[in-house]
Amino acid sequence: MSKMFSADEAKRLLDAAIRGEMPDELGRFGPFGGRYVPETLVPAFERLEEGVRQHLHDPAFQAEFQRELHEWVGRPTALTFAKRLSEAWGAEVWIKREDLAHTGAHKINNAIGQALLAKRLGAKRVIAETGAGQHGVASAAACARVGLPCTVYMGAVDMERQAPNVDRMYRLGAEVVGVESGDKTLRAAIDEAMRAWVTDPDGIFYILGSAVGAHPYPYMVRELQAVIGKEARQQMLDQAGGLPDVAFACVGGGSNAIGLFYPLLADDIELIGVEAGGVGDGLGENAATLATGTPGVLQGSYTIILQDDDGQVQETQSISAGLDYSGVGPEHALLQAIGRVNYISARNDEALEALEELCAKEGILTALETSHAFAAAREYAQENPGKRILIGNSGRGDKDMPTLTKYPPRTRHHESA
Amino acid sequence: MKAHERLSAAISAGAASGRPALVPFITAGYPEPADFLSTLKDIASVGDVVELGIPFSDPMADGMTIQRSSFVALQKGVSLKWIFDQLDSVSGEIDTPLVMMSYLNPLLAFGYDALAERALAAGVCGFIIPDLPFEESEDLRVALEARGIGLIQLVTPATPDDRLQMLCSASKGFVYAVTITGITGGGVGLPADLADYLKKVASYSSIPVCAGFGIRSASDVAAIGSHASGAIVGSALVEVLEEKGDPKAFLSGLIA
Repeated sequence: MSKMFSADEAKRLLDAAIRGEMPDELGRFGPFGGRYVPETLVPAFERLEEGVRQHLHDPAFQAEFQRELHEWVGRPTALTFAKRLSEAWGAEVWIKREDLAHTGAHKINNAIGQALLAKRLGAKRVIAETGAGQHGVASAAACARVGLPCTVYMGAVDMERQAPNVDRMYRLGAEVVGVESGDKTLRAAIDEAMRAWVTDPDGIFYILGSAVGAHPYPYMVRELQAVIGKEARQQMLDQAGGLPDVAFACVGGGSNAIGLFYPLLADDIELIGVEAGGVGDGLGENAATLATGTPGVLQGSYTIILQDDDGQVQETQSISAGLDYSGVGPEHALLQAIGRVNYISARNDEALEALEELCAKEGILTALETSHAFAAAREYAQENPGKRILIGNSGRGDKDMPTLTKYPPRTRHHESA
Repeated sequence: MKAHERLSAAISAGAASGRPALVPFITAGYPEPADFLSTLKDIASVGDVVELGIPFSDPMADGMTIQRSSFVALQKGVSLKWIFDQLDSVSGEIDTPLVMMSYLNPLLAFGYDALAERALAAGVCGFIIPDLPFEESEDLRVALEARGIGLIQLVTPATPDDRLQMLCSASKGFVYAVTITGITGGGVGLPADLADYLKKVASYSSIPVCAGFGIRSASDVAAIGSHASGAIVGSALVEVLEEKGDPKAFLSGLIA
């Protein structure tokens, strides 16, 4: 993919991204993005696009959104200096704590933003998809907060491995629909949410949870998540006395990563996105879309996807439901193609090891998704000693307990230390 | 005559015999790839145009019936290339014009020029692509129209008038009027205000209009017949195949 553009073209595209000119009016991030949706939804997407244009940066909407972020979500979230981890890694490690946001992950930033927009646009009810369940919980909570009924579509496989989140969604008043079609994970849940939307394009507002899908979703989600990177940048200056050398974030669809990276694009900071390396490098053994995928159209967007030679989308493998996705946000596809962000992967076992270390050294039970970013950061620190490292801690790991009980800690760090 | 003109002519001719033209849909290679060509010949002997579904891993505009058929066909190794090879092997034996229904990604992977080339050779006169709105369609449209193959536009009850007009004049072969706001195979019956909607579509269109989604019975087909030139029957026929029924008898019953 890095050969897609000449150095000049890559620079021109990066400058445009930094100036805020991506996506363009057709929803394109360079060649990626666009709007590939059924004709029944075209008017709904046009209305949504108009609504986004009218409200998203309107001072009244922004005031309401910022107030909710502060009073209800609990922002700004902390930036934590990881003292013991820094010593162990021979680095200076800072953690942006989205796990401390209300409902336990960055997903809430986007969910409350879209719920406020849904209200303004007169939606009668909200639908959402969820993988790990964090976006489902966030949507259920946000809909309760603004007073809209909410239905969440969730793959049957994910319902099992993220059972605590299913109960939380019910408790928060949402209806949860198990999806038995397709791969029974996030991708099937998005397909099913789209099918539901097609039945009532006028009354339904679809709160999409990641920076994926058709325009204007990748744009809207980035704008709502950029608060992560804006806060982290300022906090690094205030608390660390300078910007990081490198920033890490895990990438499934890529909403927390684009939220962290977007406000840092213009800075001299190495940006590294970490995908799910699953159990190996073969097709179907991982969810490392950017590392091993090819361009194609999936769920509304021209982006990088995991597919076979016939254009059939492939199933993925990852221990983390939130990264278990065959596509990726189109803006990440561009940032990779122009060489601004380096996308690598961490395997299931490496993520589990990193999770264990973070628990032991910093008292933070992070999400399995986020653990991939820690695993990659640790390896980086070993190869590049003395660096100042920022890690986006996208969510907390409580939801992963059903999975984690299958992998008891190998060492009791606090006992052996 | 261009391929898409053949398509229009076949619909008009079918409709002229006192009923709507019948456009049966099957998922290619379902339920058994080995039976594909015999099933195709059977339904082509009753249908005025045959719509072939190309299986896809993410059929987001389709209901359970077509999803299921799509997954089974994929599991049994059906691919676009295989379908073209099969069609080539009976070249000249099927007069009925074919259209292909495919999501965009398999076509993108095949390559638009190679696609148009092979489609023309295989007797495919048009394409229906449920996840390709007109605004994103230029590259494919150019490749198809260079060979006279039509890109068939879909319109729905949710389509605003100005857009409806634009899509009707852009469509080639026929206009696909989706009868309901929903996915295929809904089975809730045809909406009450169908006549007004189809009349409006026809008034904007200089080529035949075929109605599809939710058409399951002879009375549905008859109801469509008074307002549109053609009736597309998909999920109901796929269910017949699923239950190992006789597709030819089912289709003949629809226009009896």
